[in-house]
Amino acid sequence: MSSNKKYWKSVEELNENSSIVETLQQNEFVEEIPTDEFLGDKEALESSSTSRRDFLKYVGFSTAAASLAACEGPVIKSIPYVVQPTEIIPGVANYYATTIADGFDFTSVLVKTREGRPIKIENNTDAATNGIANARVNASVLGLYDNLRVKSPMKGDAKISWDTFMSETTSKLNGLSDDKQIVFLTSTMPSPSTKKLVSEFAEKYGNVKHVVYDAVSESATLDAYQAKYGKRGMANYDFSKAKTIVSVGADFIGDWQGGGFESGYAKKRIPDHGKMSRHIQFESNMSLTGANADKRVPLTPSQQKLALAKLYSLVVGGAVSVDLPENIAKAVQSAANEISKAGSNAVVVTGIQDVNAQTVALEINEYLNSKAFDPKTTINTRQGSNKAVMQLVADMKAGNVGAVIMNGVNPMYTLPNSNDFEEGLKKAELSIAFSMKQDETATICDYIAALPHNLESWGDFELKSGHYSMMQPTIRPLFDTKQFQEVLLAWNGNSSSYRDYLKSVWTADILNGASFNKAVQDGFFVSTSSASEADVVASTEDTTEESETPNGNTARALARSSKSGGMELTLYTKTGMGDGQQANNPWLQEFPDPISRTTWDNYLTVSRADAEQLGLVNENVANGGLNGSYAKVTVNGATIENVPVLIQPGQAKGSVGLAFGYGRTSSALKEEMKTGVNAYPLYQNFNTVQEVTVEKSSGMHEFACVQLHNTLMGRGDIIKETSLEIFNTKDKHYWNAVPEVSLNHVETPVTSPDVDLWDEFDRSIGHHFNLSIDLNACTGCGACVIACHAENNVPVVGKSEMRRSRDMHWLRIDRYYSSQDTFEGDNDKKDNISGLGSSLSEFGEMESPADNPQVAFQPVMCQHCNHAPCETVCPVAATAHGRQGQNHMAYNRCVGTRYCANNCPYKVRRFNWFLYNQNDEFDYYMNDDLGRMVLNPDVTVRSRGVMEKCSMCIQKTQKTILDAKREGRPVKDGEFQTACSAACGNGAMVFGDVNDKESKIAELREDNRAYHLLEHVGVKPNVVYQTKVRNTTEA
Amino acid sequence: MKQVIYRNLTSKILSLGFILLLTFSTSLTAQEGDPAKGKSLFNTNCAACHKLDKPMTGPALRNVEARLAEEEGLDREWLNAWIRNSSALIKSGDAYANKVYAEWNNVAMTAFPTLSDQDISDILAYTAVDPCELNPQSSPDCPGYIPPPTQEGESGSGGISQNLILGALAVLFALLAMALVLVKRTLNRFADAKGIQIPVEEQRKPLWKAFIENQFLVLVTAIFFLLASGYFAYGYLMQIGVDQGYEPIQPIHYSHRIHAGDNGIDCKYCHSSARVSKHSGIPSLNICMNCHKSIANVAPETLAEGKEYGVDYDAEIQKLYDAVGWDGTGYTGESKPVKWIRIHNLPDFAYFNHSQHVSVAGVECQTCHGPVEEMEIMYQHSPLTMGWCINCHRETNVKVKDNGYYTKIHEELSKKYGVDQLTAAQMGGLECGKCHY
Repeated sequence: MSSNKKYWKSVEELNENSSIVETLQQNEFVEEIPTDEFLGDKEALESSSTSRRDFLKYVGFSTAAASLAACEGPVIKSIPYVVQPTEIIPGVANYYATTIADGFDFTSVLVKTREGRPIKIENNTDAATNGIANARVNASVLGLYDNLRVKSPMKGDAKISWDTFMSETTSKLNGLSDDKQIVFLTSTMPSPSTKKLVSEFAEKYGNVKHVVYDAVSESATLDAYQAKYGKRGMANYDFSKAKTIVSVGADFIGDWQGGGFESGYAKKRIPDHGKMSRHIQFESNMSLTGANADKRVPLTPSQQKLALAKLYSLVVGGAVSVDLPENIAKAVQSAANEISKAGSNAVVVTGIQDVNAQTVALEINEYLNSKAFDPKTTINTRQGSNKAVMQLVADMKAGNVGAVIMNGVNPMYTLPNSNDFEEGLKKAELSIAFSMKQDETATICDYIAALPHNLESWGDFELKSGHYSMMQPTIRPLFDTKQFQEVLLAWNGNSSSYRDYLKSVWTADILNGASFNKAVQDGFFVSTSSASEADVVASTEDTTEESETPNGNTARALARSSKSGGMELTLYTKTGMGDGQQANNPWLQEFPDPISRTTWDNYLTVSRADAEQLGLVNENVANGGLNGSYAKVTVNGATIENVPVLIQPGQAKGSVGLAFGYGRTSSALKEEMKTGVNAYPLYQNFNTVQEVTVEKSSGMHEFACVQLHNTLMGRGDIIKETSLEIFNTKDKHYWNAVPEVSLNHVETPVTSPDVDLWDEFDRSIGHHFNLSIDLNACTGCGACVIACHAENNVPVVGKSEMRRSRDMHWLRIDRYYSSQDTFEGDNDKKDNISGLGSSLSEFGEMESPADNPQVAFQPVMCQHCNHAPCETVCPVAATAHGRQGQNHMAYNRCVGTRYCANNCPYKVRRFNWFLYNQNDEFDYYMNDDLGRMVLNPDVTVRSRGVMEKCSMCIQKTQKTILDAKREGRPVKDGEFQTACSAACGNGAMVFGDVNDKESKIAELREDNRAYHLLEHVGVKPNVVYQTKVRNTTEA
Repeated sequence: MKQVIYRNLTSKILSLGFILLLTFSTSLTAQEGDPAKGKSLFNTNCAACHKLDKPMTGPALRNVEARLAEEEGLDREWLNAWIRNSSALIKSGDAYANKVYAEWNNVAMTAFPTLSDQDISDILAYTAVDPCELNPQSSPDCPGYIPPPTQEGESGSGGISQNLILGALAVLFALLAMALVLVKRTLNRFADAKGIQIPVEEQRKPLWKAFIENQFLVLVTAIFFLLASGYFAYGYLMQIGVDQGYEPIQPIHYSHRIHAGDNGIDCKYCHSSARVSKHSGIPSLNICMNCHKSIANVAPETLAEGKEYGVDYDAEIQKLYDAVGWDGTGYTGESKPVKWIRIHNLPDFAYFNHSQHVSVAGVECQTCHGPVEEMEIMYQHSPLTMGWCINCHRETNVKVKDNGYYTKIHEELSKKYGVDQLTAAQMGGLECGKCHY
């Protein structure tokens, strides 16, 4: 039988006295129409000068005027090319393989262009050396069309030409005295050609230093690796090879070590022949990784250090005495047992920014000879050194630095000691910021060198040793911009273009005879001659093993370094915002955080116990919006006032969390995007863990949280879940039973035609599309949400509309918490209830918020019901069913009664309350000519007053069919894709034609784990979910 | 087929001209050429690079034989040698040949070894014909030239004369009516004078009064008028936004009649993306220049036709040159795109794909766009309403032959519906979501 666990979506739901939950369950539209407000106001009515008659006259006149005006059609101009480029056919998309590499995210991607405009980022499945495009990479295409980009080089506030820029900067660089340094301060750029350019520059100018600076540093990881293997880098992990994964504070589904691990992880999460990986997570904040774990242990950062040290001593050996609470000690013990049992099939990772901790993790993996652990292949996507950055700031303040040339960094925003940096920058004779924005740093520099977007640039990246990724322009630069490398070439006196330079570097050093054009076409190149590097690593490995037998010194040092004082703060990066460089991207601002489901904000996550102690509250107000207290957060003298507080189930007691990337103030952002608070001032000594004091401040913050919205009418049985043990041993009917309804007092499965209200339509001919969503493989990363945005021209509505539950996301990822730590505990407790009195109290207890709930993610979009309830209630037949299984929505026919939304059991229909394009009230990308260039020309931009919803990407299925027709062949399996299924690199979403009996989707539909959402309603959806299986077996 | 004078019929390019000629017309008299044959040979072989009156890739050729004879003293033998193999002549060191070669950018003329003596004399005969003999209207310099009447004058005078006749007739009829009235009055007076009583007719109830008193009739009529006005109002309102017959004035007077009709150019030569894309595409100007690089003027007959439409085709071609930046010999690099006025405007919410109809279904362009090959100026032939689309989908059979995509689905569906041939509607072509998304 499936889980009886009660899921809850908000702590508010657990409050049995809350009238709001009740109200929301009954109401689709939470706000009442304010007619009473208006009509009740007698005075206003009487004082109004417009009488009823006048009103009718106006209406009559304006109707007549409008219809007269409508008789004259507008003249539409059509302007063809003078000389049409051969590769462009209007109406046909071109794809280019390139790389998105902004210093924080590095991914090989395919870019879809229409009429020369990049409009969407897709996965380059052939490359996939660094994972798949995450939500931010998917959204980065919108950054290209940002109206606030720097459009030409600038000197202070004045626009200058590149000639002026080059002549002035060159003369200043040449005029610097020899004892002054020229410093390049860049984000991580694992670019062979840039490295060479910088060294050539150093040869020419002398006294040149290149400092790599990551806004969110992995310096400790790099230092630990360097100390152990003698080379700066990060060990590579392939979680698809691990059977037991133990993570201590590593958010490896998120941005740990530059990200890119989730597809490997997800591969092993799908039960295959009764086997799946087991994942144990020790962490303080509820991270995406913790939410996906089979077992999650909340503990404070200082306890994490102890736990890791203990784990080391238990697995490897060497006595470490640690003082941990009993339950955590037990969890560590059992994790250690599991690791020992799994042997080389286990892997231990940690995200603690401490050299000892990282070394301990490396040593454990080495001891285990872990298959998932690959120290020979280094990841190069984080290269920053904290020491070097600190040194630079000191040098600058001492006046030793003559010129600071920055590329892709924004230290004035991201440095905790930005004041020192500013002071130092003033002492430099020349400061140049290569930037796309007039951001916090660029505005105080002497010169701003306007940078092109990734999609307008050339570039090369060695993402992992031997794995190269190529960046090529997909559009001619929109503005008068130049790449950092182009300017470097000019400074070096090299007159060749960067592309030619890049080609010569590749031909000489990388390609080893392979074709450059092929590498550009593929977007990546895997070098086969990386043996020499491996040798280096191997040799150092030997020496370390000999010199340092595992004796637990490091672990003991780690344990000693753990100090627990008061409250501990863990700073983290959110799935949507990352390090904050895309803060002006409305897609990402409106992207609901997978865990908190909150948009347009960052917040202090606090455990329920701590919140009670500090007097911090969260409450839901009448319109369904979430309000939270403000808190004053102080770290070592740095204070942030008015940090909104969000009570986070699963947050370890005694710890709080705060996300980077928000609270930006520069003019590089639109007013609407300046949300949240800046957490970087608390990021002292580049340590994500800080001791903190939290005090309650006055006032309440209004969140735009989609948490209580779109409740499924209080109906349970939405997520089916079971444990691996039951899944392997029991019959399908036990853990994935088909719901039954009573027919003539006989329980009949809802799938039986006898209990169906409708006659079944024959769908066996032609295509019949189905989408399968595997709850095991879905990590909740949200790449599909942004991909859907980009594909379907989904509008951005802004914070205040989001708060009113008027979000327009066609695809949402529901996140459910469970109310007990474990499944069995839940069941046992419920089974033992007897009598009314007991049930009242015990149920009440069961509803008390769990300190450590289990989490499940469930992507929900239109289910394309074969017996769709929305279709039968539409008074104008605007929504109808196609033979191919899709539920069609004809926008031009819709009159906006919203009956369909009311009748939808899944609450997936979205209503256009306003005109969201070309409307100054919604000043996002659809309101300027530049931003609208990202729109997909094949999908209608909806107008005000119509309903919209997921179309199952009918424009994509139709295109696939048309391509097959033109070529006169049947469609192959795998050709049909939706935007979400194509964006999902985890294999959680599979789309296809179930009438093709050989297809994967046909197989998945009949899988034992398959079930339909709210199956008892009997609407026969075309979206099928796969029951979530948790590997709860303790070894 | 209408002739343009200088058509690029061969793909052979570059050459040098015969600038040369003999002084004495001995050979000319010796072999009398046929100018009519010569014309067709000229168009086939020479027109790619030569014009009669203007230098192009090669020099102008009007009276070339006579001029060469007069100026350079070269005879027909020399010309034959030059035409059949100019480079050999240049190599042989012939002074004039080398001079011409140098003069025309060291580009040798294509060799025509296959032309017989007769052919060459035909061509030369054609070049020697006085244009005024063939058609005195071809140039204002010709003796028989009559300046064409201006369009306004013509239509103006025609209008006035017609109005005059009509006016005269009206006056005549008015006079006649007046005469009749006068006659009647006179007769009455006579009757009075004679004392004859004209019998007074019995006053009958007027028809309108009877009509008003009959309530049933009033009701029926009222209903009739209401229905009729409703019908017309509906008809009027339904054609709002339907721009059938929309024929805007375009920035360049482009005649589909000449291109698609007279010259028989395939639609998809210019609108090539209709085969693969949702858009048929307005051809970019470089497509125009594929032909118009060598067609700067239209034939006199065509030019005369243009007069009927009030358009000077040569001037329109000049507009193309201005837009694309062509100065007659090369591109200047200064171009300005042509802002055509779009005729067929589907609303944004309707998705239409040309390739589906053109490539897959094999629908003729004319089915929707009408007799384009007869349209001097393009206009919207079909209403482009949803009813019109749907109607066609109901009536048209899907073209399934030799298309692997349809094999299975057609077999199954036609069995289900019990038909041999499925219509687009039966295939699912009426579903909302097929066109609206």
